[in-house]
Amino acid sequence: MAETVPEIHGGVHRHEPPKRWIRRYVFSTDHKVIGIQYWFLALFSVFVGMALSLLMRLQLGWPGEQFGFLKTLFPNAAANGTISPEFYLSLVTMHGTIMVFFVLTTAPQGGFGNYFLPIQIGAADMAFPVLNMLSFWVTFLALAVMILAFFANMIDPDAAIGVLGPIGGWTGYAPLSAIGESAGPGQGTGVVLWVTSIALFCIASLLGALNFITTMLNLRTKGMSLARLPLTCWAWFTTAVLALLSFPVLLAAGILLLLDHLAGTSFFIPANLYIKDNVLTEHAGGSPILWQHLFWYFGHPEVYIAILPGMGLTSHILSTFARKPVFGYRVMIYAIFAIGLLGFFVWGHHMFQSGMDPRTAVAFSLITLSIGVPSAIKTFNWIGTLWGARIRFTTPMLFAVGFVSLFVSGGITGLFLGQTSVDIPLHDTYFVVGHFHLIMGVAAIFGIFAGTYFWFSKMFGKRINETMGKVHFWLTFIGVNAIFIPFHVMGMQGAPRRYSTHGNLEYLGGMAPLTKFISYAAFVTIGAQLIFLVNLIWSMTRGPKETEENPWEATTLEWTVPSPPPHDNFAGHEPVVHRGPYEFSVPNAANDFCKQTDPEPAAGD
Amino acid sequence: MGTTATTDLKVTNSGLGSSGPGPGGSDPFGSGRPKDWPPGITRDDRIEPKKYRIGMWAALASILMLFVALTSAYIVRQGTPATRPADWITIELPPVLWLNTALLIVSSLTIELSRRALKRSDYAAVKRWLSLTTLLGIGFLAGQIVAWRQLAAQGIYVSTNPHSSFFYLLTSLHGLHVLGGVLALTYVTVAALRLRIGLRRAVAVDVTAMYWHFMDGLWVYLFLLLFFWK
Amino acid sequence: MGKRNTARDVTGGILSLGLAGLYIWFLSSFRPSGIYFLMAGAVFLICQYIVFSVFALGKPGHGLGVLLIFLAVATAVLFVGKWWWWPEGISSFAPELDAQFTRTLVVVAVAFIGAQVALGYVVMRYGSRGKERAVYSHGNTKLEVTWTLITAVIFIGTAILGQRVWAQLHLNEAPEGAEKIEVVAQQFQWNFHYSGADKTFGRTEARFINDSSLNYVGLDPADAQGNDDTQVSTLAIPVDRPVELTLKSKDVIHSFFAPALRFKQDAVPGLNIKVHFTAQKVGKYEVTCAELCGQLHYNMKTFMLVLPQNQYEELAAMKEEAFKERLGELLKEYKLPEEQKRANEEQTQTN
Repeated sequence: MAETVPEIHGGVHRHEPPKRWIRRYVFSTDHKVIGIQYWFLALFSVFVGMALSLLMRLQLGWPGEQFGFLKTLFPNAAANGTISPEFYLSLVTMHGTIMVFFVLTTAPQGGFGNYFLPIQIGAADMAFPVLNMLSFWVTFLALAVMILAFFANMIDPDAAIGVLGPIGGWTGYAPLSAIGESAGPGQGTGVVLWVTSIALFCIASLLGALNFITTMLNLRTKGMSLARLPLTCWAWFTTAVLALLSFPVLLAAGILLLLDHLAGTSFFIPANLYIKDNVLTEHAGGSPILWQHLFWYFGHPEVYIAILPGMGLTSHILSTFARKPVFGYRVMIYAIFAIGLLGFFVWGHHMFQSGMDPRTAVAFSLITLSIGVPSAIKTFNWIGTLWGARIRFTTPMLFAVGFVSLFVSGGITGLFLGQTSVDIPLHDTYFVVGHFHLIMGVAAIFGIFAGTYFWFSKMFGKRINETMGKVHFWLTFIGVNAIFIPFHVMGMQGAPRRYSTHGNLEYLGGMAPLTKFISYAAFVTIGAQLIFLVNLIWSMTRGPKETEENPWEATTLEWTVPSPPPHDNFAGHEPVVHRGPYEFSVPNAANDFCKQTDPEPAAGD
Repeated sequence: MGTTATTDLKVTNSGLGSSGPGPGGSDPFGSGRPKDWPPGITRDDRIEPKKYRIGMWAALASILMLFVALTSAYIVRQGTPATRPADWITIELPPVLWLNTALLIVSSLTIELSRRALKRSDYAAVKRWLSLTTLLGIGFLAGQIVAWRQLAAQGIYVSTNPHSSFFYLLTSLHGLHVLGGVLALTYVTVAALRLRIGLRRAVAVDVTAMYWHFMDGLWVYLFLLLFFWK
Repeated sequence: MGKRNTARDVTGGILSLGLAGLYIWFLSSFRPSGIYFLMAGAVFLICQYIVFSVFALGKPGHGLGVLLIFLAVATAVLFVGKWWWWPEGISSFAPELDAQFTRTLVVVAVAFIGAQVALGYVVMRYGSRGKERAVYSHGNTKLEVTWTLITAVIFIGTAILGQRVWAQLHLNEAPEGAEKIEVVAQQFQWNFHYSGADKTFGRTEARFINDSSLNYVGLDPADAQGNDDTQVSTLAIPVDRPVELTLKSKDVIHSFFAPALRFKQDAVPGLNIKVHFTAQKVGKYEVTCAELCGQLHYNMKTFMLVLPQNQYEELAAMKEEAFKERLGELLKEYKLPEEQKRANEEQTQTN
């Protein structure tokens, strides 16, 4: 508070971190600690989500085969060593929800954004540090509730005991998710916990978003004009705006679903549903499609919430290791804005076959394909950045190049799915699963990997092992392509998603070798993630200490402070910015990089 | 210079509008970031009124989106007169809502008066108007509870029909937000009564007023939507 | 980066040996022949080159470039090779839809291969060279505008072309004289409601639904028009005649998906969604559920019989019992395209 007299040491005023351990590392208001907390939360979640996908791949590759260890692990859900259909769907739901919310939304924004946005703009902390702490701990609570949802059947006295969460997929379409246990196992307590967790997550994200927006608009240091902001900051800012405007809609949908579930209202439940030899007379008049509208109004911007920080980070890392300014800096900002803005007007493309008015589908389709234009601009500019470069192939650079490749592979198939007619056969097949895994899943994860390798030494003060990092890259990059590109082919054969086996469909007869191949590729890729985990643990505990401020010879402000930075980032000084963010290979400059804080050469120099 | 600024930041009892080279000059609500800072003072020590205002605008935008989403759900569920479902029965307007609406509109005026008084440094008026606003806010919440009890007495509950579902949902979500506003008002009122309004709390009054006006406008909107939108 | 690095060499060696092991395992367990043998060999060599360039030469750019180009080519081969592809399209709009799919595929392939190869080229070509500096450039507005316009025209043009089939299917009413059938979906079964000889559907209501007495669609027993109606769990439609389905659901959202028709539409409780199409080839096809509807979603499948018109007329005029019996016979008589293919293959083998 301002009421206390600041201590002044030789004209420099420093803030010391709190003395008590719990205030310093647990309930900390320091954006750096909170960033690392978010990062660890996402790391935990991503390994949980991946373990779930491993079980799914076992079932899909060898449907009906018995695995002894499954029997031991899940004596009820996999009673005879095979994964039951409802357990499979529960895995699908938890995998999707955990990955989308607690990894893709959390790591790039809550993790890296929290840690580096204030430093990159030259601020001592976020605008509202207490709010920041609150938003992390609400996210933490949301994760705890989500994990509890997976064990809902153990809590629910009415349900059969066993590990089983909701089985509605991450989209939780009503009325399947709204009418309770009679719609199937897991739809009672499981859904209630699932939607409660999502509502909590919404609140946490809103708190975070308003903090990001205020921080970037108001706490920029002297000389840090909007045109000198690193592209990462623009991406985090746009992401925060998207979150601020889309999460309230999901929150509203979640509240309505909870009321339908618990208070007997009928927002999403139509009259006279006939379930299990019973007519549900207590509900009337609700609209199942309303849920889809509300969900996808959030759901589509959510895709960009996941990918935009990765885009900003990729531009940043490509420029740094290409030793070359970003190609078309301003255009990159406009493209981010365009993607964010258009993202609010395309939600209907998830609903072409849902029974909504087919005329609106045409409008949604045209706007959807126009998103391809700013996306193509970004790709073009990334390649432009590398043109004529002198590339240093560090691990973060490899992941950034991987991001561009995956962004192309995953984004371009949107051209099929965004067309009303071509979407008819492809909708809800593996083509869609392949598409969004590449773009929203793996590309965004590559952004997270790139950020982790890039900033590891700044965050933890230790160097991360590059050799392990590179092996991790090669195996992961080849692996994810081997998994998700064949998904499209399965979709083109017409394989519906969310099936625990396709064995009883004759027209998919020849698909078995492909699904087995995908499963093998998935096992290798998952194995490669263990290398990553080992690398993290090894480097954090035994890695060499990072002694340099600027090991990558980069330009932005986080590289002007020690690794890790002091409690108030700039040790009481206020950095002054003189240059744009990506001044590499400036002719006649002393180094091939000019930091943002380097004074501008005098005129005529 | 440095010492002056430091003392200025320590101001707690000297009332409001104490001039000096503080942030934004003598006007705590002035826009724009201060250009120069005395040596020894870093950004942390500055009170940045703009920061709170931006944060509040962002918060209001997200609250607005929440109610926009619920409004669209309302309109979809209600349908057009031609497609209106038979179970859509508009509940009878509890008359106490007229009183509640009046209370909230008046409270919007009184908080504006306290904000103006704050700018004039008319401290007695600040105390008077802030206290009155808080009381009006509490009165509004009490009135809303009365309305619920009246409806419940008629046997109208949240699941009775879609209109009653929306009525309970929208009023309770709005009421929850108003409750937050009342807590903020209580905080600044107590500070004012104890003569402890420094620059920071002056900012708190300012953003609370923003929030309060928004809650007022939102209520008028919900009132019209629930009972007058056909 | 010419200097030797033991860790790198060892890692490269291990990866290289691992690849060789994988290759030998693949050859011995699958014994590929002809083109597949050559393809596997090519993949092996490319992987070895990547490992070599990254770990022995210390030129990761080369490895990455080769990998990206290989990736583009392999993906193109996988898509164009059609080892896994749609079943034959039998609806009147399938040829146009497939053509639009192919047009899109061409656009996508050009853009995809172009981008991946360009990315592969720049990472190969522009590796760091000692202290030499990169080109100092902030972009090129002219190039940027040109590129934007080109992509805008191509993408939006494709989107507009893509609306044709949609308009034909969804923006037009079913033609006069279309055969009307009601589809009632439920967990985890499809019910098809035929109007019988009088061509008028009996009244249905939720309160008459009774699964145990086989009144799945809820026919009102008091309505005389429903007396000749039939409810079955297999769809039979006439060939070369427009069919109008009214999709309903009793419980949650389902989706009617007939891959051979290239057709899919959700069945939403509370809504009656009318769709129409014409099947052009007699035979037996599969119908499945494409919207997650609960526990046994994966098992919610049935058959669609496309019958010659006279056969269909005869069937449609039958009373419920006879209808079901005849439908059962027809189901045995007709074979799925895949079953037929298998039978043909067996025949050629025995010959």
